Amino acid sequence: MAGDDERIPVLDVRGVTKTFPGVIANEDVDLVLHEGEIHCLLGENGAGKSTLMNVVFGLYQPDKGSIRVRGEQVQFTGVGDAIDHGIGMVHQHFQLIPVFTVAENVILGNELTNGPFLDINEARRRIIELEDKYGLAVDPDAKVGDLSVGEQQRVEVIKALFREAEILILDEPTAVLTPGEVDEFFGVVRSLVDQGKSIIFITHKLREVLAVADRITVLRNGKVAGTADPSTATQKSLANLMVGREVVFQVAKGDAHPGDPVIKITGLRVEDVRGARTVNGLSVEVRAGEIFGVAGVEGNGQRELVEAVTGMRPKIGGTVEILGQDATKMSPRQITELGTGHIPEDRNKHGVVGAYSIADNLILNRYFKPPFARRWLRNEAAIASEAEELVAQFDVRTPGIHVAVDNLSGGNQQKVIVARELTGDVKALVVAQPTRGLDVGSIEFIHNAIIALRDKGVGVLLVSAELDEILSLSDRIGVLYRGRLVGTFDGADATREELGYLMATGAAPESEEAAS
Amino acid sequence: MSAQSIDLTAGDLVEARRFGRRQITGMVFGVAGIALIALVAPNITGDTRTFAFEPPPDALDFSFDPPTMVTIIGLIYLLAGGLSFLPQQFDRWAGRGQLLAAAATIPLILVVALGLSATPATNVTNLFDESLVLATPIALGAMTGLWSERSGIINIGIEGTMLGSAGVGFMIFATLGEASSTTWLWIAILVAVLTGGALALLLAVLSIRYQINQIVAGVVINLFALGLTGFLRSEVIVPSGNSKGISTSEFGIPLLEQIPILGDTFFTGKPIHYMMYAVVFLTWLVMFRTAWGLRVRSCGEDPHAAETLGIDVIKTRYRSVVLGGFIAGLAGAWFSMESQSGFEDNMTNAAGFIALAAMIFGKWTPGGAFAGALLFGFARALGSRLQFLEVEISGFGIPSEFFQSLPFAVTLVVVAGALGRSIAPAAEGQPYRPSK
Ligand SMILES: Nc1ncnc2c1ncn2[C@@H]1O[C@H](COP(=O)(O)OP(=O)(O)OP(=O)(O)O)[C@@H](O)[C@H]1O
Ligand SMILES: [Mg+2]
Repeated sequence: MAGDDERIPVLDVRGVTKTFPGVIANEDVDLVLHEGEIHCLLGENGAGKSTLMNVVFGLYQPDKGSIRVRGEQVQFTGVGDAIDHGIGMVHQHFQLIPVFTVAENVILGNELTNGPFLDINEARRRIIELEDKYGLAVDPDAKVGDLSVGEQQRVEVIKALFREAEILILDEPTAVLTPGEVDEFFGVVRSLVDQGKSIIFITHKLREVLAVADRITVLRNGKVAGTADPSTATQKSLANLMVGREVVFQVAKGDAHPGDPVIKITGLRVEDVRGARTVNGLSVEVRAGEIFGVAGVEGNGQRELVEAVTGMRPKIGGTVEILGQDATKMSPRQITELGTGHIPEDRNKHGVVGAYSIADNLILNRYFKPPFARRWLRNEAAIASEAEELVAQFDVRTPGIHVAVDNLSGGNQQKVIVARELTGDVKALVVAQPTRGLDVGSIEFIHNAIIALRDKGVGVLLVSAELDEILSLSDRIGVLYRGRLVGTFDGADATREELGYLMATGAAPESEEAAS
Repeated sequence: MSAQSIDLTAGDLVEARRFGRRQITGMVFGVAGIALIALVAPNITGDTRTFAFEPPPDALDFSFDPPTMVTIIGLIYLLAGGLSFLPQQFDRWAGRGQLLAAAATIPLILVVALGLSATPATNVTNLFDESLVLATPIALGAMTGLWSERSGIINIGIEGTMLGSAGVGFMIFATLGEASSTTWLWIAILVAVLTGGALALLLAVLSIRYQINQIVAGVVINLFALGLTGFLRSEVIVPSGNSKGISTSEFGIPLLEQIPILGDTFFTGKPIHYMMYAVVFLTWLVMFRTAWGLRVRSCGEDPHAAETLGIDVIKTRYRSVVLGGFIAGLAGAWFSMESQSGFEDNMTNAAGFIALAAMIFGKWTPGGAFAGALLFGFARALGSRLQFLEVEISGFGIPSEFFQSLPFAVTLVVVAGALGRSIAPAAEGQPYRPSK
């Protein structure tokens, strides 16, 4: 399929090299995209996928190399040039303004005007036209900050289409979506291709790659590691190409030896930001040395459950006991001090301080304690040696420990959080979406780290939207439905189908008894 | 899994209506209402008092007896308090009630002050006229702040920008126009406007180009302007022998100025004062109805997102900050060439900082900031009026500052309760570096 193609590609990237201080993000990269095709770009966290796409989109200027659009050599000095050449990009971190409406976000930079004034009516009309054409439902007058992540995603796609993009770059669009939203999203992608758009699609989910790709390019350490043909490639072969070694998809774990409860939640009731009661009378015990997985369709109270247990959100009722102490009214700091680690769902908001260095982020939960603090002063030597050690141990890809976390690739930011929360004196661990946006190799690594902690007697509460992750890690699984656990299963016995049914429909009391 | 059977309990229902800021504000109004009816009304004089709306003789006026008025306003407060404790779905009514009660505070202050004073009548039209005039530099300063901060640059240099423009403008007028030529007066006002732009450009260069902490950059502007104008006054303006002269003159808008009562208050005035209304309106129009305004706001919210849409954040910020500087320059001209003719050291007297407060009070919107400016203008006008009325309780004079501070106390309550939190532009104050 690839190779002896006579057509002029819509996008032809040749020999692109892009360096940042201390990092070669891309080195001599080639990429060819043909009209009406989906080209999947794969690679580990930090392999240089987003950087390459930002070069194509005119946001970064390459050090070397050339880009051709429909055979014409181009030199972009800014995003405007790329947009003019029909290139649109949905960024890994959404570039939306939450206080603006959908319509305002869409027209920003390419405003429709009527005389000197903005023509919001015309904008609304065109947006609805695009929505109908590609099946992207979202209210043009809604404030973007009020939209779900899936809807925000659609706004990003509409933004690109509104600028008449013919080449669409989608940077990990599915990482933040729920399984249902992912299916919907692929519907949109298909209709885009049907209308003749060409797409570069970045993802870490190999199953998705095999389902949609026409061509595959794999990056490793900034270089093209190889290309693959989706009709012959397998998940395993792709993973090997990405990581450069064998990857084990199914984690190996021994039997659990549960001890005393470490997290005991009784009758918990919590409200979300809008005042809706999303956790409503939830009770559960997580014992030492076991992983309790919470499965459920997103929006059934997962976020509020995690925030309440870690002290970030006040409880309306019920109690939370951690390691035998009443933690219902404790602050996040007090709960951390009890020996609780927390990997939060929203990495940038609650996990790292983007402008701080890696070293500082690695001690955010213990900077005030020796050896990192000597009375009121920081102990730079101890901080640095801790950082060096964790960066090596958790394989954070970075030129140095003093780099701002903002400059790391998304997956490496996540590794910084995991490194911080899994070290130290943890006895209880609350983990939300721990591997979102991570490559297969990193997922394997983090899963093994969590299991190792369990084996040392840590009790783990795991919340994940990935059913596969829940099934492969959990010793017990609870299904969360409308703020309650409607069923508890033994991790070894549960099946996808059983869980999926309960997640979608809620309780059937007969099916509820299982290991408890 | 016994705990799962826990269902809605009585406790839940009580919790359902929780105690938020709205309820606290409501309580404050309720308690104040009771105090007004039970304590203030019985003790205030029952003699008739009069608000005049026109100068005597045959003035249009409104006479009342203070206890009745105090009781009526007390009832409005109680109503506002009561509304705040209705179930959630009436929340909007609670908000409106509190705004009404807050508005009723202005007549309340006047009624009480007049009741406690020996003077039986006061002209309120004048008072409002003065409020509007004194609001001029505050409203202009608030628009300066708005243009700067909506684009993402914190501007605490408004004070210095105004002062510098007032000084440089008047210096031109004194030296070249001998403080007496109308043509030179207008040229000097133009110079003041340009000076404002230049000082704002300095702020922009410091904070955008050199990425100096924006608060520090603002302080630099303030100190620089203070030193510069002090120097210009003693070395140029005073030696010129023209320390005083003419200022802009009052004029009426044809036809409209003849409307009784309103004509005098709203349709006669001085030019910079009128320009202030135009600036407020245009600020709203451009910022919220044009493409450029949308871009400015996007730079203040998320410059990186703006960048991914091909917007030149740096250029947009420079332009917006400098535009704000021109407006501050106009406010400076008001001080030295409209409200009086002449320049004194530090004559802006913190108006630039009050303008910032008005902007925050108005939640970074032109209309809200203008309302804030009016409130501050009213407080200033009230202060001088009360000094004149000599308010006293059983022989002891009450300092006018006490009544003067009342509108601010009410503002605090209202901002906390009825208006809710004000949220600054998200990217304000953060240095921005474009991607490369
Ligand atoms: N603005 C920047 N400044 C300095 N280094 C950067 C910058 N952006 C990216 N890098 C570095 O370049 C490398 C490639 O990053 P990039 O974001 O392209 O990775 P990625 O393949 O998209 O990874 P992920 O799957 O985690 O998103 C990383 O080592 C990263 O730390
Ligand atoms: Mg990336």
